[in-house]
Amino acid sequence: MLRYLAVRLLQALAALLAMSAIVFAAVYAIGNPVEILVNPQADQQEIARAVAALGLDRPLPEQYLRFLAHAATGDLGRSFAFDVPAIGLILERMPATLELATCAMLIALALGLPLGLWAGLRPRSATGRAIAGLSILGFSLPTFWVGLMLILVFSVQLGWLPSAGRGPTIPLLGVPVSFLSLEGWRHLVLPACNLALFNLALVTRLARAGTADAMRQEYVVFARAKGLGEAHIVATHVAKNVLIPIITVAGLEFGSLIAFAVVTESIFAWPGMGKLLVDSINVLDRPVIVGYLCIVVVMFVAINLAIDVAYAWLDPRVRGALA
Amino acid sequence: MRRLALDFAASRVALAAAALLALLALAALLAPWAAPQNPYDLAQLDLANSRLAPGARFWLGTDDQGRDMLSAILYGLRTSLTVGAVTTACALALGVALGVTSAWLGGGFEALVMRIADLQLSFPSILIALVLLALLGQGLDKIVAALVAVQWAYYARTARAAALVERRKDYIEAATALALPGRTIVLRHLLPNCLPPIVIVAGVQTAAAITLEATLSFLGLGLPITEPSLGLLVANGFAYILSGQYWISVFPGAALVVLVVAINLSTDRLREVLDPRSRGLY
Repeated sequence: MLRYLAVRLLQALAALLAMSAIVFAAVYAIGNPVEILVNPQADQQEIARAVAALGLDRPLPEQYLRFLAHAATGDLGRSFAFDVPAIGLILERMPATLELATCAMLIALALGLPLGLWAGLRPRSATGRAIAGLSILGFSLPTFWVGLMLILVFSVQLGWLPSAGRGPTIPLLGVPVSFLSLEGWRHLVLPACNLALFNLALVTRLARAGTADAMRQEYVVFARAKGLGEAHIVATHVAKNVLIPIITVAGLEFGSLIAFAVVTESIFAWPGMGKLLVDSINVLDRPVIVGYLCIVVVMFVAINLAIDVAYAWLDPRVRGALA
Repeated sequence: MRRLALDFAASRVALAAAALLALLALAALLAPWAAPQNPYDLAQLDLANSRLAPGARFWLGTDDQGRDMLSAILYGLRTSLTVGAVTTACALALGVALGVTSAWLGGGFEALVMRIADLQLSFPSILIALVLLALLGQGLDKIVAALVAVQWAYYARTARAAALVERRKDYIEAATALALPGRTIVLRHLLPNCLPPIVIVAGVQTAAAITLEATLSFLGLGLPITEPSLGLLVANGFAYILSGQYWISVFPGAALVVLVVAINLSTDRLREVLDPRSRGLY
C-alpha cells in the first residue's frame, strides 16, 4: 500500500510538472502584454523600463525556470493589472468558489439520488419516464442560459432573490462564508442551483441506471425469496451498490464544478476565482492566468489521487492485489 | 439500415426531435433568403427601432442596434450549426484515425496516444478550451481548432475500445488469413464494424460542441462580434435583462436550447436502436 501510494504520488508530481510547462508555454505565447499594460502614449524608455520591471525581456525558458523556482515558494508573480501577488489574489477568491461548488454538489446529490432511485425502480411509469426525460433536458440546457432565466424569473419578474454578488459574509475560522446568514443564502441559492443543474442530471441518470441494473441482480431476487420487504431491499441492498459509483463520480465532478463555476460566476457576478480568470484573460493578466491554472491543476491531481487511494483502500479486490 | 430507420421512427418523441432538427438546419441554410432582413448589413438597420418589444413588425423584437432578432437568430443558427458540423467532422476524423490505428498497431504508439487522451480527459473540456482560446485568440477557425483539440480524445477512446473488441473476431482473422493488406482490413472490415458506438459519441459531442461554443462566445472569448453566434446574441442581451427587456437574450437562448435538445433526443433514441441491451430500460 505504501509503495502504491509513493508511486501514485510521484505520478501526480510528474503530471503537475508537465502541466505547468504546458500552461506556461501556452499562456506566455499569447500576444504582447506590453501593448496592453503600458500606456499607449509612453515613449521607448518607459516601455523598456516596464518590460524590465516585469521580467518580460528574458528568454522564455529563463522566465519559466524563474517561475518554477518562485512557484515552489508559493510566489506566482505579481498581477499585471492589480500589482499585488497573483497567488494572494486567487486564494482570496477561492473560498467563494469552493462554497459555491460545495453547495451545488450537495444540491445535486440531495435531489438527484432520490429522483434517480425512484425512476430506476419504476422505469416504465409516467414519473419514471418524466424524470428520465427531464434529466436529458438537464444535460442539454446550457448553464449560462439557465442562469439568465433564473435571474429573469426570480430577480427581475418576481423580485425574490438578488441577481449579483455574494452578499454579506461572516468569517468562519477566518474564512469569509455566505451560508451562515439568511442574506448570504439569498445570494447563494440562485448561482448554486445554476451550477448544480448539470450534475443533478448526471447523478439522476447514474442513480436510475444503477438502480434498474441492481434490481435485476440475483441478490435482489434472493432477498425477495427470503421474504424481505421491498423497502428494506432497496434501502440496504440496492442503495449501497448504487452509491459506490456515484460517490466516485461526485468526487471527480467536483473538479469540473470548479471549472464550470467560471460561467456561473460571470453571470451572477460571484466574486470567485472563475470570474477572476475570465477578467484576467480579457486583459491578458498572465501571472493570474498561470496561477489559476496551477492551483486548479493541483486541485485536480489531488482529487484524482485521493479518489484512487480511497478506491484502493475501499475495494477489497484492489486492496488484496496490492498487499 | 431500413430496419434502423423504422426502429428509430417507432419513438414519436425521437421522430419529432429529428424533424425539428431538419427544420432548424433548413432554416439556417436558407437564412439569407428566409430572414426578413440581413442583420449585419448596417444600411438595413435603424437605431430608431432599437430594443422594440416583440410585435407585428418585429416578431421577436429588436436588439440595441435596431436589429430584427428573428433574422439575427437565423444567422446565428447558421454559425452555431457550422461550428458544430465542422468540429464534429474534424474531431471524428482525427480521433477515429488515432483510436483505430492505436488498436491495430498497439505498442508504444497506442500507449502514447491513450496517455495523452487520458491526461486530457481528466480536465473539464471548458477549462482546456478556455486556455486554448486565450492562446489562439478569437475567430471561427480558432474556436473550431480549440473544440477539436478538446473533443478528439472522446472519439479516440471510443474507436479504440470498439476496434479492440472487433479485431479479436473471426472475420478479421479470416481477412488476415487471406493475406489482405493491413490497410484494406482496417478500412474495409474493421472500421465499418466500429461505427455504431462512434455515431452515438458523435451525436453527443456535436451537441456539446455547439453548447461549448455558445458558452465561450457568451463569456466573450469565442467568436468575434462580426460572426455572431447564438451565444454572442445572448451575451449581447444580458445587459438588458435586468431592465426587463428579456427578448434580446431569451429568444436566441431558446433557439440554442431547442437545437441542442433536438440533437440529444435524437442521439438518445439512436443509442437505444443501436444498442439493444439498453432497451429494457425505456
